Amino acid sequence: MVDSTSAMKELAGWALNIANQRGATYADVRVIDERSRALATKNGKIGNASDSRSQGFNIRVLMDGAWGFASSAELERSSVEATAGRAADIAKASARVKQSDVRLAPEKPVRAEWTTPYRIDPFSISIEQNLALLETIDRELRSVQGVTLAETNMNFRREEQWFFSSEGSDIHQTKYTSGAGYVAYSFAGNEIQKRSYPNSFGGQWQNKGYELLDELKLVENARRIGEEAVALHSAEQCPQGVFDIILESSQLGLQIHESIGHPIELDRVLGMEANFAGTSFLTLEKLRTLKYGSELVNVVADAREEHGPGLGTFAFDDEGVPAQSTPIISNGLFTGYLSSRETASLIGLERSGGTLRAESWNRLPIIRMTNISILPGETPLSLEQLIASTDQAILFQTNRSWSIDDKRYNFQFGTEIGWEIKNGKRIRMLKNPSYSGITTEFWNSMDAICSRDEWTLWGTPNCGKGQPQQVMGTGHGASPARFRRVKVGSAYS
Amino acid sequence: MLTRDQAAEIFSRIRKYAAADELECLFYGGRSALTRFANNTIHQNMAEENYGVSVRSAFGGRTARATTNKFDDASLQEVVSASESLARVQEPDPDLLPIPSSEEAQGRYSPPSNGAAAPEGNKLPSRHFEETSNLTPAQRADAVGQVVAIAQKRNLTAAGIFANSENIEGIFNSRGLSRWHRQTSAEVSITMLAGDSSGWQKANSPDIAKLSPAHLAQIAAEKAAKSAAPREIAPGKYTVILEPAAVLDAVGFAFYDFGGLAILDQRSFLNNRIGSKLFGENISIWDDVSHPQQSGSPFDGEGMRRSRVQLVEQGVVKRLVYSRASAARMKQSGHAAKVGLVETTGHGFPIPNEIGEAPMNVVFEPPQEPKTVEQMIASTERGILVTRLWYIREVDPYEKIVTGMTRDGTFLIEGGKLVCGLRNFRFNQSLIEMLSQVEAMSTPVRTSGEESLDMVVPAMKIRDFNFTEVTKF
Repeated sequence: MVDSTSAMKELAGWALNIANQRGATYADVRVIDERSRALATKNGKIGNASDSRSQGFNIRVLMDGAWGFASSAELERSSVEATAGRAADIAKASARVKQSDVRLAPEKPVRAEWTTPYRIDPFSISIEQNLALLETIDRELRSVQGVTLAETNMNFRREEQWFFSSEGSDIHQTKYTSGAGYVAYSFAGNEIQKRSYPNSFGGQWQNKGYELLDELKLVENARRIGEEAVALHSAEQCPQGVFDIILESSQLGLQIHESIGHPIELDRVLGMEANFAGTSFLTLEKLRTLKYGSELVNVVADAREEHGPGLGTFAFDDEGVPAQSTPIISNGLFTGYLSSRETASLIGLERSGGTLRAESWNRLPIIRMTNISILPGETPLSLEQLIASTDQAILFQTNRSWSIDDKRYNFQFGTEIGWEIKNGKRIRMLKNPSYSGITTEFWNSMDAICSRDEWTLWGTPNCGKGQPQQVMGTGHGASPARFRRVKVGSAYS
Repeated sequence: MLTRDQAAEIFSRIRKYAAADELECLFYGGRSALTRFANNTIHQNMAEENYGVSVRSAFGGRTARATTNKFDDASLQEVVSASESLARVQEPDPDLLPIPSSEEAQGRYSPPSNGAAAPEGNKLPSRHFEETSNLTPAQRADAVGQVVAIAQKRNLTAAGIFANSENIEGIFNSRGLSRWHRQTSAEVSITMLAGDSSGWQKANSPDIAKLSPAHLAQIAAEKAAKSAAPREIAPGKYTVILEPAAVLDAVGFAFYDFGGLAILDQRSFLNNRIGSKLFGENISIWDDVSHPQQSGSPFDGEGMRRSRVQLVEQGVVKRLVYSRASAARMKQSGHAAKVGLVETTGHGFPIPNEIGEAPMNVVFEPPQEPKTVEQMIASTERGILVTRLWYIREVDPYEKIVTGMTRDGTFLIEGGKLVCGLRNFRFNQSLIEMLSQVEAMSTPVRTSGEESLDMVVPAMKIRDFNFTEVTKF
């Protein structure tokens, strides 16, 4: 393995020289060394125990007004130079089918070092300790009669990236990601029910060290989760109709992801994702004119360290643009897109919002959500106080299914569990809850949001986009919130 | 490309560093390139080359895996050490089987589902085509240029991809097993956008000669033009004609439940339903890697030969697929008498994993009286033609209700003719009910979508398909 910064710089120099010789007007090189660990149990046995290490580089060149990208795991000079030549050939081919030349919004070159803030290197914790924790959770889950399947998982990743551009940027970033969670299934009669903790789809994920796992109170919640999975069989079916609803924070995080995060991606808006991920209803004339939500809706795209350890937290994006906070919705008004240097230039922004990221060294960076978060209410309000102030509603907890159309208007979400609220109290559990709606109508119906104490920066580790498809982690801060007169239950209609 | 001989040499070096009782190495990777276009412009265009080895170590009931994409001695020592460290500290699993020998992995041979004679030596026909692997960026760009010209001629905007790749998959283990597969793939996907409508087509094949980007572009353009000025009609239960891509992406959500471990885990909609008539009598489904329109390697994650398995016969779920471990566990379980023939079928994923196995080469049996989509339309008094489904997710795991949207070409049929485009619908549909309500099918074809693995599936005319909402476009 090549492992020194000077070696990386030399490697990038070989590639950038070739790009320059071939006539590139811009080029950048990313060299990446990534390591990951996945541990899992399933009904008391090892479900997964694997480590992975991958190292490689890519070069992106702009030539004849068009892009070329090539990548390789081979880091010897001849291979690096051949790969750079391949990128130039590809750019030349791209230029055969273009309507205009690509232009990039200006960005000052940067020399910088940055590492995810963490207390405990997750790879420093022994495998025995990790497996012991998962096995303890597994035993707790299966101690509940009726739990038919218990799954636990723990995932760690370290990504070291060196970025060099023909404009003189030289950025070295090291990012750590940790994630953990579990799920209890119960099969009885004609029904499979499940409960997950702290969230579905692998639990909670953040860009921080092993300390995340200490914060999650995983063992303490296991028995309750198992019991709820079994109890769902006896719960009433979620009714169909129009109801006020309350979303707990992880479900609101996914609601933000799907109905705000994706439609604000400028590549979708400009038609660049039309074949796969889709386009967006947020056409350009809607910027600063569309009332996206109620006055209480304030959403930011914030990649900065001070926003918290989200999966969208970094110091620089993958084309060397510093992390920023962009107001997306301000007191309900739509105020900003997620942009890159190319898309910023296309709509006349002075500068990129810094959201271009790639899954790995062998993928080209595309616009990705950073941390798309709704700001908490300023008036102190806990979830219990919100419930106490609600006459009749349904509380939705922990996502089970999610779907939205390719312009991001019509959505439907199902959660693992619901609670009927009447006269300020949770009166009974509901199974198979779902709700649906139209994005802007939904956000305009929000009439309460809990305050900072209830705000959690959730991680969505599995966002797919691009061709070839890339999976990316995104962050979503949210407090529980209430929405008026929402369609409920159509998933089972 | 990484060759079999090079992989064998790497495996021999790994063996020198290994202290485990048993060792298995999976090799993967290849070269790929993808030209992406939108707004009638090539806006992304990439190439990559990468190979890796995934090392599984086993010590008496304990096993783990580590992967690297570096083949120098230090990296190989590191990956062996990582694998062994993860394995050594585990509690032994009495169900973990020894790795298979070469003889065991050969298994029994099942003839292909198209009725053709077994290929010589029981091997698949070649799925590697030089013309596919040699496709250049300039050739891809020229094909995209043709697509864009078709779009511009009709005042449309084109978006899509044209990709080609050459990949290897290999497995070596310390009991002498050695399997190797290489194949090529080419793929074209095209969306044609008009002011308020769109059309889409996608196809892939190991052989680039079987793809015609211009032909796909013409169909997508026609769909975009015909669905302009879409009308909104109320959601409800309609007779639908799902084109093959729509069928593929919907039914794909069923097949991970056709594995033995899914039954043992009680997470399958087939629990307590195997042997019963679940779907219509016109539904028979196979998993068949040797089918001439299928692709992929003829061995599974342990190197076991993939058998041809009939999953559904005239609506009755007959059999499941199994890894070695799942078959062994199933035989000892209380489910054994209720799940049909239990034997290793060569569908296991690399160990360790949580899924077990799944059919990866699904083939629908041709109907006795196939109908073209045009014939299905002509026989429909009122219904909806669906080009493609999108963002499909499971709503209910046991009733197998899935939700999703129509996309890129949804049409109203009245009096046996396409009348106009429609605004897109959301559906919430039980796949069990859907496959019980199939009134007509086309001849199955190799089909590629976005939510499921490629399959050989027909278009279907289905009654009472459940649209629950309509969106704004």
